[in-house]
Amino acid sequence: MPFGNTHNKLKMNYSSEQEYPDLSKHNNHMAKVLTPEMYANLREKETPSGFTLDDVIQTGVDNPGHPFIMTVGCVAGDEETYEVFQELLDPIIEDRHGGYKPSDKHKTDLNPDNLQGGDDLDPNYVLSSRVRTGRSVRGFCLPPHCSRGERRAIETMSIESLDSLDGDLQGKYYALKNMTDDEQQQLIDDHFLFDKPVSPLLLASGMGRDWPDGRGIWHNDNKTFLVWVNEEDHLRVISMQKGGNMKEVFHRFCTGLTKIESLFKDKGHEFMWNEHLGYVLTCPSNLGTGLRAGVHVKLPNLSKHEKFGEVLKRLRLQKRGTGGVDTAAVGGVFDISNADRLGFSEVELVQMVVDGVKTLVDMEKRLEAGQSFDDIMPDQK
Amino acid sequence: MPFGNTHNNFKLNFKVEEEYPDLTKHNNHMAKVLTKDMYAKLRDKQTSSGFTLDDIIQTGVDNPGHPFIMTVGCVAGDEESYELFKDLLDPIISDRHSGYKPTDKHKTDLNFENLKGGDDLDPNYVLSSRVRTGRSIKGYTLPPHNSRGERRMVEKLSVEALASLDGEFKGKYYPLKAMTDAEQEQLIADHFLFDKPVSPLLLGAGMARDWPDARGIWHNDNKSFLVWVNEEDHLRVISMEQGGNMKEVFRRFCVGLTKIEEIFKKHNHGFMWNEHLGYVLTCPSNLGTGLRGGVHVKLPKLSTHAKFNEILGRLRLQKRGTGGVDTASVGGVFDISNADRLGSSEVDQVQMVVDGVKLMVEMEKKLEKGEAIDGMIPAQK
Repeated sequence: MPFGNTHNKLKMNYSSEQEYPDLSKHNNHMAKVLTPEMYANLREKETPSGFTLDDVIQTGVDNPGHPFIMTVGCVAGDEETYEVFQELLDPIIEDRHGGYKPSDKHKTDLNPDNLQGGDDLDPNYVLSSRVRTGRSVRGFCLPPHCSRGERRAIETMSIESLDSLDGDLQGKYYALKNMTDDEQQQLIDDHFLFDKPVSPLLLASGMGRDWPDGRGIWHNDNKTFLVWVNEEDHLRVISMQKGGNMKEVFHRFCTGLTKIESLFKDKGHEFMWNEHLGYVLTCPSNLGTGLRAGVHVKLPNLSKHEKFGEVLKRLRLQKRGTGGVDTAAVGGVFDISNADRLGFSEVELVQMVVDGVKTLVDMEKRLEAGQSFDDIMPDQK
Repeated sequence: MPFGNTHNNFKLNFKVEEEYPDLTKHNNHMAKVLTKDMYAKLRDKQTSSGFTLDDIIQTGVDNPGHPFIMTVGCVAGDEESYELFKDLLDPIISDRHSGYKPTDKHKTDLNFENLKGGDDLDPNYVLSSRVRTGRSIKGYTLPPHNSRGERRMVEKLSVEALASLDGEFKGKYYPLKAMTDAEQEQLIADHFLFDKPVSPLLLGAGMARDWPDARGIWHNDNKSFLVWVNEEDHLRVISMEQGGNMKEVFRRFCVGLTKIEEIFKKHNHGFMWNEHLGYVLTCPSNLGTGLRGGVHVKLPKLSTHAKFNEILGRLRLQKRGTGGVDTASVGGVFDISNADRLGSSEVDQVQMVVDGVKLMVEMEKKLEKGEAIDGMIPAQK
């Protein structure tokens, strides 16, 4: 299991060819990029906390991927991973995030006043709205690598900060390991509870260790603002409500997140962030904003149209079933969200969702009326 | 994932209380033994290959156990683990192996001629006979810890050794990653194929990393001698056949194992062995002989007798369903094998199986005739 310092040195007795993984049957971002030469260059390196190349890639070695779904195949163990192993991670980031270059700068904008509109998505079509992101606490290792002591420290800090929230953000923390049966049932009914990961992608990178120690769920009394502690990232922050008022969902999201960040700063802890990668998270696919803003929307006619895929692509949106990624749509209801994470700000991404969903609903109405929507077909954003 | 040198020192920044695992809901050997004081004492140690206390116990932390089944809850990463972490492992070994003391000596006896009888178990009752054990190659770390380079070397050495076997031991190696569909079908039909572990006990210890790289199955042309490479141990060696001729099964077992060991020794690779622990394997439960000698035997009447478990206990035997550990028996057919591994020799253990099964078949016959078996109940071995 461990590939730490001393053992990494033991591996150096073997040649790079002897240690290089067999990626011949693999289809993930890591496998596309990690040549034997790159492995030779990077294999003796480690971050100050002891995370090594083999730690970064283990999940991608153990999970060859899927012919149709391109998984990332690597994780970060700490903030320095993205620096020490940039030779591997930069090309992966570029491929995954629409050509994002090592010299590019990422813009953060959590000012909800900059969002135009978004309060009038037709509730006959838009059933619910949600925005989520992740945050990592600087100075601590990430879920694939953190020790119990580190994980518990994250939990303690998170509880302290969340407990100071008030007004419509006032809420309560439910530690996974102390939950009563009633609490658990309620959280399941609210669709708030998260389980021990079963995905081999997560387990292979060590994120299930010591479960459920240090893990928990916090939510406000109104059940519109939710924080997951120590699941796939240190913190996952979610704002949600029924209906189509994305403006309000985003407003609460920004306000809550900003309050939490300043509470952490008061105690001398900041979030991992830099001007190239934005917010630093465990999975390279979540860099930048880490933001997925989406709606559940009824599009029974449009979704059957041959141009549906093309429309989504031009709007820089992505579809999922309402059970989450990789599920099928039920009753013509789709989960529509931003496809991008890095290289656009939070406001820009939510704007794309708001404007894009408005267009999709207009198209749906055209098709219902037996009309074409060619004149409102968007250009590539 | 890694808890090697640098990261282990990193964790030392946190106090013992902060790092000590929560074992309050746990029921395994490790949890019974690992006090906070012991954790404090051992936590800054590591073997020369970098295996640490947290590596040893991770599987036991992640798998709290079962109210009725006492799992071990720890693994070794190399030969040195048993020495460096003896404060933890000695009491576990004592509890698991009936009071075996740190000063006790283990006897190895692979001279099949020392077995008395065993060639005449009634085939109307004894359907099949099998003996298995494990072996670790000195100088390489064990499956929870080894790198790809090490694992491939174990495979290479094993394939070379097995390829030099001849006569009744002439056979062929099937690497898991290069198997044809036809070969796979045949191995399944023969009940020889092993799969990627799904047990969380094994996954939690890191034994499935890089699957199926360097894993494979070797068997002789007669399909009576089988070797698994790089599954839970470096080597698992199995001798088997239909019917009740345990003497022949054991002869083939001893002869084959000894031949294999000679070939490894010639290339300067011995098996891990010492006079206290016998053969050193990944799981502390398999120390000593690592041997499980057993039969599939029809005992429909005896198995429903009130004293069945008492009899097994006195004979130092253990029952399982014919699907393996933790399965139910089907049609009154049980898997009966030795309960002990450490503190008695291979010959001793197979003798117990031979004598014990002989007695139980006689009891079964008596019960068939409606006669009592009270006078046949054996004394505690």
